[in-house]
Amino acid sequence: MSHTVQVVLPAHLRALAKVHGDVSVEVVGVVTQRAVLDALEADFPVLVGTIRDRTTAQRRAFVRFFACAEDLSHEEPDTPLPEQVASGHEPFLVVGAMAGG
Amino acid sequence: MSLSVNGEGMDAMGGTRVLVATRKGAFILTSDEERATWEVDGPLFPGWEIYHLKASPVDSDRIYLSQTSGWFGQVIQRSDDGGKTWEAVGNDFSYDGVPGEHQWYDGTLRPWAFTRVWHLEPSLHDAETVYAGVEDAALFKSTDGGLHWAELSGLRRHETGPQWQPGAGGMCLHTILEHPTDPDLLYVAISAAGAFRTSDGGLTWQPINRGLRSAEIPDQDSEVGHCVHNLDLHPSHPDVLYMQKHWDVMRSKDAGETWQEVSGNLPSDFGFPITVHAHEPETVYVVPITSDSLHFPPDGKLRVYRSRTGGDDWEALTQGLPQEDCYVNVLRDAMAVDRHSSCGVYFGTSGGQVYASRDSGDSWAAIVRDLPAVLSVEVQTLR
Repeated sequence: MSHTVQVVLPAHLRALAKVHGDVSVEVVGVVTQRAVLDALEADFPVLVGTIRDRTTAQRRAFVRFFACAEDLSHEEPDTPLPEQVASGHEPFLVVGAMAGG
Repeated sequence: MSLSVNGEGMDAMGGTRVLVATRKGAFILTSDEERATWEVDGPLFPGWEIYHLKASPVDSDRIYLSQTSGWFGQVIQRSDDGGKTWEAVGNDFSYDGVPGEHQWYDGTLRPWAFTRVWHLEPSLHDAETVYAGVEDAALFKSTDGGLHWAELSGLRRHETGPQWQPGAGGMCLHTILEHPTDPDLLYVAISAAGAFRTSDGGLTWQPINRGLRSAEIPDQDSEVGHCVHNLDLHPSHPDVLYMQKHWDVMRSKDAGETWQEVSGNLPSDFGFPITVHAHEPETVYVVPITSDSLHFPPDGKLRVYRSRTGGDDWEALTQGLPQEDCYVNVLRDAMAVDRHSSCGVYFGTSGGQVYASRDSGDSWAAIVRDLPAVLSVEVQTLR
């Protein structure tokens, strides 16, 4: 089954991907962090390595994942995302963590 | 694509293009050969740390740029139209095989881990070939214009590798010099491992640190461990190398086999960049900095020092530079020369000023004063 997932990227990654606003990605099967990011990177290869390590697939330290007002950054990458994300009613947010002074 | 003569890109417009990398984006400063008035374009990639951008000597329209972020990692951008438009190219800097370990600040061992690209060195011989010096220290090469990168791992696998340790800025490979006629002969410098040379295109490497003296390490005759800040050479005398070390300005007349100190009468021999004049192989520029803990010019006076004798005898160049209350720094990649008949010299500061001299350093003026902190400055001479 295919799902259209809305992804909100931080401004720097939108500029890098040369997109304006949110992006939609098609995810086949269970909608997980890994599946969404795989689809995102397939559509925008320039983002490979900017959100998660290209070898280990671990989330970069200063990147967070939010959805439905929850911080999902520490969820396992293969844990299903909330149904509202899978149904396209809520976006999956990639967020640059607050850092600096 | 433009033509090339004597290793400098040429195009029909003529002029001067200064490529400035800063903590918050890149800027391109353009002028004609007179270099009296300038246009400032930027910031490009605003908000990103731009560690370095440099044009191909073979094709002046091709510029490579290292774009980094503590949040989003490493991106390499390439322009094929002199900086008007950019495309992201390859950013896979995976070490060759199992990376192994190096010394950490506290003497423990730590696995090699890629952080960023400090320096991009487009080949003197081929527009598609470009080298990247990275942190943790390693050298990568692309032969397809930056789309794909392969580590020249003979360097990192050198038997001294486990003894290498970071300088205060990280364990970075920051300087890459290509021999003007022999593409297989390269020099690199790593903080704080030292200088290395290959004569077989990067398969095998030799430390070239004999004669360096560093109070920060216990064995003065150590093959590695010296904090080399920058190297330069003049293409007409490629066996003569100049070095700004952590402390000491050094010269080698035998391709790095041996080094002699040429700090002479400098007010401080600590500093970061060292640059050779475009037309005078024995004219060298440094910017003395007070010390390793006081990263600003001695006495609050921003002075470039020039030697016309290959070192030892230095003169202060002050006209047009602030001579009171100046406490900026000038980083290792932040000074460059153009190749106009009257050689231009350029440098950028941690305070965001980019200074230019169009008379070999006799007088200076700021092109721009309020950029973010400048990390690197490169110059193209366009005819």
